[in-house]
Amino acid sequence: MATMDVIGLSCPAPAAADHVTLAHGGGGRATRQLVDRLFRPVFDNGWLDQCHDGALLPAPVSADGRAQRLAFTTDGYVVHPLFFPGGDIGSLAVNGTVNDLAMCGARPHYLSAAFVLEEGLPLSDLARVVRSMRLAADAAGVALVTGDTKVVDRGHGDGLFVTTAGIGVMDHDRVIAPSEVRPGDAILLSGDLGRHGVAILAAREGLGLATTVSSDCAPLVAPVRALLDAGVAVHCLRDLTRGGLAAATVEIAELVGRRFELDETAVAVAPEVESACELLGLDPMLVACEGRFIAFVPEPDVARALDALAGAGCRPACIGRVAERSGPVVLRTALGTTRVVDLPSGEQLPRIC
Amino acid sequence: VKFVDEYRTAGPVRKLADRLALAATRPWTLMEVCGGQTHAIVRFGLDALLPPRITLMHGPGCPVCVTPVELIDKALEIASRPGTTVCSFGDMLRVPGSGHDLLWARAAGADVRLVYSPLDALDLARRNPGHQVVFFAVGFETTAPATALAAHQALAEGLSNFSMLVAHVLVPPALHALLSSPGNRVQGFLAAGHVCAVMGVEEYAPIARAYHVPIVVTGFEPVDILQGVLACVRQLEEGRAEVENQYARSVRREGNREAQRLVSEVFRVVPRRWRGLGEIPRSGLALAGRYAELDAERRFGPAAVPAREAAGCRSGEVLRGLLPPGECPAFGGRCTPDHPLGAPMVSSEGACAAYYRYRGVGGRL
Repeated sequence: MATMDVIGLSCPAPAAADHVTLAHGGGGRATRQLVDRLFRPVFDNGWLDQCHDGALLPAPVSADGRAQRLAFTTDGYVVHPLFFPGGDIGSLAVNGTVNDLAMCGARPHYLSAAFVLEEGLPLSDLARVVRSMRLAADAAGVALVTGDTKVVDRGHGDGLFVTTAGIGVMDHDRVIAPSEVRPGDAILLSGDLGRHGVAILAAREGLGLATTVSSDCAPLVAPVRALLDAGVAVHCLRDLTRGGLAAATVEIAELVGRRFELDETAVAVAPEVESACELLGLDPMLVACEGRFIAFVPEPDVARALDALAGAGCRPACIGRVAERSGPVVLRTALGTTRVVDLPSGEQLPRIC
Repeated sequence: VKFVDEYRTAGPVRKLADRLALAATRPWTLMEVCGGQTHAIVRFGLDALLPPRITLMHGPGCPVCVTPVELIDKALEIASRPGTTVCSFGDMLRVPGSGHDLLWARAAGADVRLVYSPLDALDLARRNPGHQVVFFAVGFETTAPATALAAHQALAEGLSNFSMLVAHVLVPPALHALLSSPGNRVQGFLAAGHVCAVMGVEEYAPIARAYHVPIVVTGFEPVDILQGVLACVRQLEEGRAEVENQYARSVRREGNREAQRLVSEVFRVVPRRWRGLGEIPRSGLALAGRYAELDAERRFGPAAVPAREAAGCRSGEVLRGLLPPGECPAFGGRCTPDHPLGAPMVSSEGACAAYYRYRGVGGRL
């Protein structure tokens, strides 16, 4: 009922409130205060300070003056709960979009953020999310240059949804895409599986799952940079999000029409993730990550690529090969038997990102 | 669950496969009863490690798969009423009744919740006193004690807004039904370790004697399953038909007496229709005595007569082990996990789902 008092007829100063009110989305003084006091000081850059409807950005040119290609992507974030071990909706919204750009082989530069706030959200929670976004943006080397805020009435949102869009610059001539995958390519995995999904599940109420697992939510800019700087002929990159390693490999295998052969013993899963999955009946191959990716590289570049990734703080492994013939993704198990890897059906875990 | 690894490593598994190859001198057909075992077999490709003489048939041990269509229809009907909440385990929400499934009903506006335990359902009832909360209780003897505990607590607390739609079934009567059916080919069983951890092993001895079949209580890891197969084959080769306990690290001969006491206090044994198998005498549990007031069929009216099954679904034959999932004409075409005709394609313990997920369509390996 406190909410009612704050939106009350005669109270024009919701800035004094400790939670989001409908006035914060009204486009009036409260909206202005929210932007000026909560968002701008945190993101703190000249583009936002222009307070314009959009940010005017310089066109990227290479050192020798040629125009460079841009990568552009967008993603919405509805994760529940908002805060979880290893991250929150803010760091996720920055890293998720940054990583989509990195997977194109682009150097991420600019982000936008649109916030859908639910009436009643504590402003302290919003401030915490915004600060976390700034830290994540700094870590990834991007600036948040434009944004928007809307408020929905209580019961019509779940605290906070964020949509980010990002622009990155291709400062090389390479094409990094599924179309470039070739038979014989090695498939490298940048680290262990399943941490984000298990951390989210453990953070949800009522599961009684006691685990110390933290989300792997992190920017992948540096490891991708390390591959390119080492001169690895990267053919394709894909980050492992919803559907995990299974979804990433199956999607690309279907796009390129070739069989992928994976080796289960090369795929790392932390013991605490393994036991949580065992308990919940989940397959780590299908559980979401937010800071892992696979790279398709030509066989002669494998050693150099593994070194480069390790140098960028990853614990990479070569987990398989692209076969000549067409077919599904198959996994050779530790027992020496073989099984198909398929896309998960339905929703394994709703609202994981 | 750190110990899991030692039951999955290649060395011991290979050694067992070698011993099996030596032990089996004649063709034998075994059935693993439990859907959890079926999934492990297909996921780890254990059948590929068996000598060709040994055939594994997949049994009816998927509780979601055998839950009769009329009970799912009843759950859908209850969920469609204003002021009611229907909750159950995840898989149960995705199994189609005569028409839709419970997740469809949720998208259409019904209050349907996924819970991980009957006690979560009880908690929902406590927190929503204005709502009728109905727990759709499915499972074998393994999960019956937790359902019984929830019933016990509901009565103790006088929770008038909590009830249960009970679909619990019992394993031994299903073994009787399979062994006495005309087309039976099963010569030995791997019994479900988790069920026996609750109920003990004693009730299997009369079945082993009456039908002269070995029954080996078996766990769920690759080493467990191969040990179970080996023990079963040795008995068959030696002409024995005994109850043997491979899963002694979890199963005591007498089972869990306290759980059994709770189950027999709360439930009585009734005839139950199994989806795909028909009615089996003394094979289901229903709320008994003073617990009957928690019976959702009593509170909301009884389930209607059995409604129609999807045309072309041969899950009855799959559940009796007569049809390998991949040989069903609908498999992977008209019937997939996203558009299932029958429950075995939905459930995480269903044989069709295991084959689709780990073998692909048309043996794509």
